[in-house]
Amino acid sequence: MTESKDNIEPNNKSEVKKDFEPKILGFLCNWCSYAGADLAGVSRLQYPPNIRVIRVMCSGRVDPVFVADALLKGIDGILILGCHLGDCHYGEGNYEAKANYEMLQILLKNIELEKRVELNWVSAAEGTYFSQIVSDFTENIRTMGPSPLSPKNKDFPEKSLISKMEAIKRVVSDGRIRKLVGRERSILNQGNVYEEKVDEDKYANILEEAVQTEYIRNYIYVTLKNNPSSVRDLSRKLKLASSEVLSHILVLRQRGLVNLTTIKDLSPIYIAIE
Amino acid sequence: MEKIGAVLVVGGGIAGIQSSLDLAESGFKVYLLEKSAGIGGVMSQLDKTFPTNDCSMCILSPKLVETGRNPNINLIINSQILGLEGEAGNFQVRLLKNPLYINQDACTGCGVCAQECPMESIDIYNEKMVINHAISVKYPQSVPLIFSINKEKCIGCGICQSVCKAHAVEYSQEKVEEIINIGAIILAPGFDEFDPSPLKMYGYGKYKNVVSSIEFERILSASGPYSGMVLRPSDGEIPEKVAFIQCVGSRDVHHAHPYCSSVCCMYTAKEAVIAKEHQHQVNPTIFTMDIRAYGKDFDKYIDRAKDEYGIKYIRSRISSIAENPDNDNLILNYEVEDGTIKTEEYNMVVLSVGLTPPSDAIELSKVLGIELNEYNFCQTDTFEQSKTSKPGIYVCGAFSSPKDIPESVIQASASAAHVNILLNSARNTLVTKKELPPERNVQGDPPKIGVFICHCGINIGGVVDVPGVVEYASKLENVEYSEDNLYTCSADTQQKIVESVQTHDLNRVIVASCTPRTHEPLFQQTLQEAGLNPYLFEMANIRDQCSWVHMHEPEAATQKAKDLVRMAVAKANKIEPLKRTILKMSHKVLVIGGGISGLTAALGFAKQGFHTYILEKTNELGGFAKNIHEMLTHESVQDYISNLINQTNSNPKLDVYLGTEIESIDGFIGNFKTTIHYIDNGERKETTLEHGIIIVATGGVPYEPTEYLYSKDPRVITQIEFEKQLFKKDIGSDVQKIVMIQCIGSRNEEYPYCSRVCCSEAIKNALKLKELYPEKEVIVLYRDIRTYGLKEKFYREARIKGVLFIHFEPESPPELEKINNNLILHVNSPNIGSLDLNPDLLVLSVGIRPPYESNEKLAPMLKVPLNSDKFYLEAHVKLRPVDFATEGIFLCGLAHSPRTIDESIMQANATVSRALTYLSKDEIETEGIVASINAVKCSGCGLCIEICAYNAITMNEERNIAEINSALCKGCGACAASCRGSAIDLFGFTNEEMYLVINELK
Repeated sequence: MTESKDNIEPNNKSEVKKDFEPKILGFLCNWCSYAGADLAGVSRLQYPPNIRVIRVMCSGRVDPVFVADALLKGIDGILILGCHLGDCHYGEGNYEAKANYEMLQILLKNIELEKRVELNWVSAAEGTYFSQIVSDFTENIRTMGPSPLSPKNKDFPEKSLISKMEAIKRVVSDGRIRKLVGRERSILNQGNVYEEKVDEDKYANILEEAVQTEYIRNYIYVTLKNNPSSVRDLSRKLKLASSEVLSHILVLRQRGLVNLTTIKDLSPIYIAIE
Repeated sequence: MEKIGAVLVVGGGIAGIQSSLDLAESGFKVYLLEKSAGIGGVMSQLDKTFPTNDCSMCILSPKLVETGRNPNINLIINSQILGLEGEAGNFQVRLLKNPLYINQDACTGCGVCAQECPMESIDIYNEKMVINHAISVKYPQSVPLIFSINKEKCIGCGICQSVCKAHAVEYSQEKVEEIINIGAIILAPGFDEFDPSPLKMYGYGKYKNVVSSIEFERILSASGPYSGMVLRPSDGEIPEKVAFIQCVGSRDVHHAHPYCSSVCCMYTAKEAVIAKEHQHQVNPTIFTMDIRAYGKDFDKYIDRAKDEYGIKYIRSRISSIAENPDNDNLILNYEVEDGTIKTEEYNMVVLSVGLTPPSDAIELSKVLGIELNEYNFCQTDTFEQSKTSKPGIYVCGAFSSPKDIPESVIQASASAAHVNILLNSARNTLVTKKELPPERNVQGDPPKIGVFICHCGINIGGVVDVPGVVEYASKLENVEYSEDNLYTCSADTQQKIVESVQTHDLNRVIVASCTPRTHEPLFQQTLQEAGLNPYLFEMANIRDQCSWVHMHEPEAATQKAKDLVRMAVAKANKIEPLKRTILKMSHKVLVIGGGISGLTAALGFAKQGFHTYILEKTNELGGFAKNIHEMLTHESVQDYISNLINQTNSNPKLDVYLGTEIESIDGFIGNFKTTIHYIDNGERKETTLEHGIIIVATGGVPYEPTEYLYSKDPRVITQIEFEKQLFKKDIGSDVQKIVMIQCIGSRNEEYPYCSRVCCSEAIKNALKLKELYPEKEVIVLYRDIRTYGLKEKFYREARIKGVLFIHFEPESPPELEKINNNLILHVNSPNIGSLDLNPDLLVLSVGIRPPYESNEKLAPMLKVPLNSDKFYLEAHVKLRPVDFATEGIFLCGLAHSPRTIDESIMQANATVSRALTYLSKDEIETEGIVASINAVKCSGCGLCIEICAYNAITMNEERNIAEINSALCKGCGACAASCRGSAIDLFGFTNEEMYLVINELK
């Protein structure tokens, strides 16, 4: 995220990869950024035509699952725009958007897709800034080339990447992570239920660890859905220590998501339960 | 000083539970203090128990529930002791209750909070092998079943509070101090497992596939991390070759603890057997120094492990373990008996870790002012091992020395006996009677049946389609309500049953779960709490006799479970309320046997004012102990026993009968009549004694050897004879070389049991010999040296003082030859090969025998069983070690099995406490399942009188009909089956009910 700089000229140069027209999805909040986009229109500020905008009442409404879903469908870039922090029409919805975005970034870094999703703030008065952000973002994506999940990608389909993205989608829809993200601000700002102040870094570490753990668990789950496997198979495939895989399998069994199907030689074979 | 009729029991393991139950049933208020969030202790973590392979949780769970629901036991969890004031009889204890962050009274244990908790924590109960949540319950069957917050892991998000419908979450809880006033304290804080991490040679904590035995116990458990499959932690593969390493942290002066941990040999054999049962691919090998299978039926278990399960034993101590980085296997280096070094690769290694004093032992001793011994276990009296150094404070379980479950349970009751004696005058002053709602009259009401079907974790649910059976049951005749439960026996389900009875107006209840043998009383009590007659209950055994035995045929098992439930429903449609008879309880006691056990028990009763008769077969008191001069720790046994005899003779509450022979024993608990002949002033007299309780303390006798020229050559004597000579300092100078042979008449085909005491007796005498005659040579030929527990010290001392120990295998025992009147003993030892010894004196360590003739005569009179070795057989090996299945009769000392003097005393005291649970009452209730005679149909043929094993039926000559004394009737029903005219029926199993059930077999 960058602070708005209204005096900067929009950058409309699009020289690289002329043959590739990225598909960009924008989530714009009704009160600020959508109004800012309208202002750009009224002002006839030109920007690339790749973006398709979905209006939401607040950036806080942008469920990370929407973003994950869009990525899974092969959208090349996603821009989430809300009101500047402190200006939210609903008070603090954009803080929620920020918390979700940061959590999603942790996950997307695992598959190097994090740069394809951007969160920014655009006020109703920042028409120029809006067109600049859209132009810059479109250009960045164009430089990156098609999303590895896009049908346009020549390597498509890369199965393990789809599995990983499916895992990410499962993580962001998971109650555990949503609770941790959802309570983050109130715990950090107002203290926890014991009326203790919680250190910001400590919370960030807890959250990151939980997110990454759930990512691996869900990746194992998705992999088992496609292929019943032993711990050793998974360990090779996922490049994880087999003892670590085992501990995740145990959790998935506790949750009733994975079951033992059979024993092959000396290896228990696990399968995901739908 | 006023005595207080309340007791503090510290520690909620099996020992603390047993003490608490005994005392609460004997008229005392009990505070049971537990430092964790639930009772059950280590036993709750075990998968199975040796030597019967009983499911640990299944036998423990009813006790947990009983403790939790006893109105006179106040469970204080998550708490510790801060201070103590006062003296025996009247103490003030300051307690610290740590916050649970849960209102204990409000929490229903439903578990929604844990499901919603986003923070993960480590599951301590499962030895950290799986995760749970920051808000959790200790384990699913925990008592009390309440959740608590692990503040270390909680981030304070508040979600649990918002989802808790019971409003039980209280984040504002703080530590609370409380002072309680009590008369006595029983310490049962248990033990800690030895942490093998500092012993670098085993690689524990470094190599993933090296686990401790308690971790392996959880691995074996169906409710454990791997759901009962034997897997190794590095990759979840089934290990084929599993090595068990004995004595990790035990018998190890240099690296860990010098004492023997007493239980590891047996639990390892059990873990190896169960691993093999769970996963046929597993081939266990046990590395051991000695196999210490010294308890009742233990050697038979080891034999089965070897012969039936193919468990391999290697006599060796592992020197080092290394990991093969390619496959996570473990490479073991060890030296075998002949001195060769071997290297072998295993897939997994289990370290049989020893028992150490609890981590808070030192703190506890400071706060309470009690002494600890050299190892930091609780210091006890030599003879009365449940007494600490401070009057009014008693000890039981592993805190006084490493011991197994039955020994802990015995010591728990023994401690309770001391409390009974101390606080006798304050009995029944602080107890409240269990309030039961009035019984609903359901006679004539149409049946409304509730069916509760148990998953038993995965024990049933893993095989039988439980929801399918619930669905099926719901459609059966008059079934008003049906549901499934994870554990129908758990405390929360009892509450659910009570609620369902009320909500659905049920008047018959069926539980389909395990066996009624263990669980029927629990559910019957629940019915009473719901206002129903306890006999309006049926059980379908769909675990022990279905899921467990048809594990590989889930469909057939499900069909069978449905059939069993249908049969139960058919019967439930006809069952009627039954009445329990109230019996008067005689407060007199009969003790059979005037040895150290009998006298200890008798004095225990007399000190509480109960008149007690002591029957002694011989013409003097003292029994087997008269053969023994000193304890291993040098205290005089003879002084002790003279003191006991003097106390006995001077106590007005005790009547001693010498030269006694029992003619008959009639009656039943509370109302026994025993006719005896005895010798009084040289005259043979007869009398009939009336009493409420019987203690069987009939003792044992030494084996009379026929081996090794015994009785043919005066240089061959028994250990007892040697001890006599030795303590008279009567060993001649011509005797320079003394050889002892162990296991004479023990552990052979004919007498397969270990006599337990012979190893330590031999060592005691060898040490005494070295003390009196340092120049004389003594050699002990042994199979395994079984100086279990703290006795190991003396084995070590003997070796240091020059006693030579030579191992032999039972296949090639020492052979004795007499050449030119010299004794030549040919010995073949795996360590040193063949050698010849020339003993001047050959001492045979002879085993202990039950007195066959008298046991076989007395057992049928008492209507109690003997085991295959002809020792008396207790009601339950683990949890009822001094009770008989027949109520009101208890056993102790050598009548039970070979044991040491202090162990016999402990058992004797235990019988006192067990008996007090009856003697403290003026009346008791009998069973409702009894036979009855329809006078109209009775022809007076008298056939039933002949059939009845309990003499419960008599002929009314006037009316010429048979009559049943329902107090004597045990409810077997043999009379009903024999009656020619269908005049006899058995309540609870009537002909009509039986036919209905049979008709359901479609």
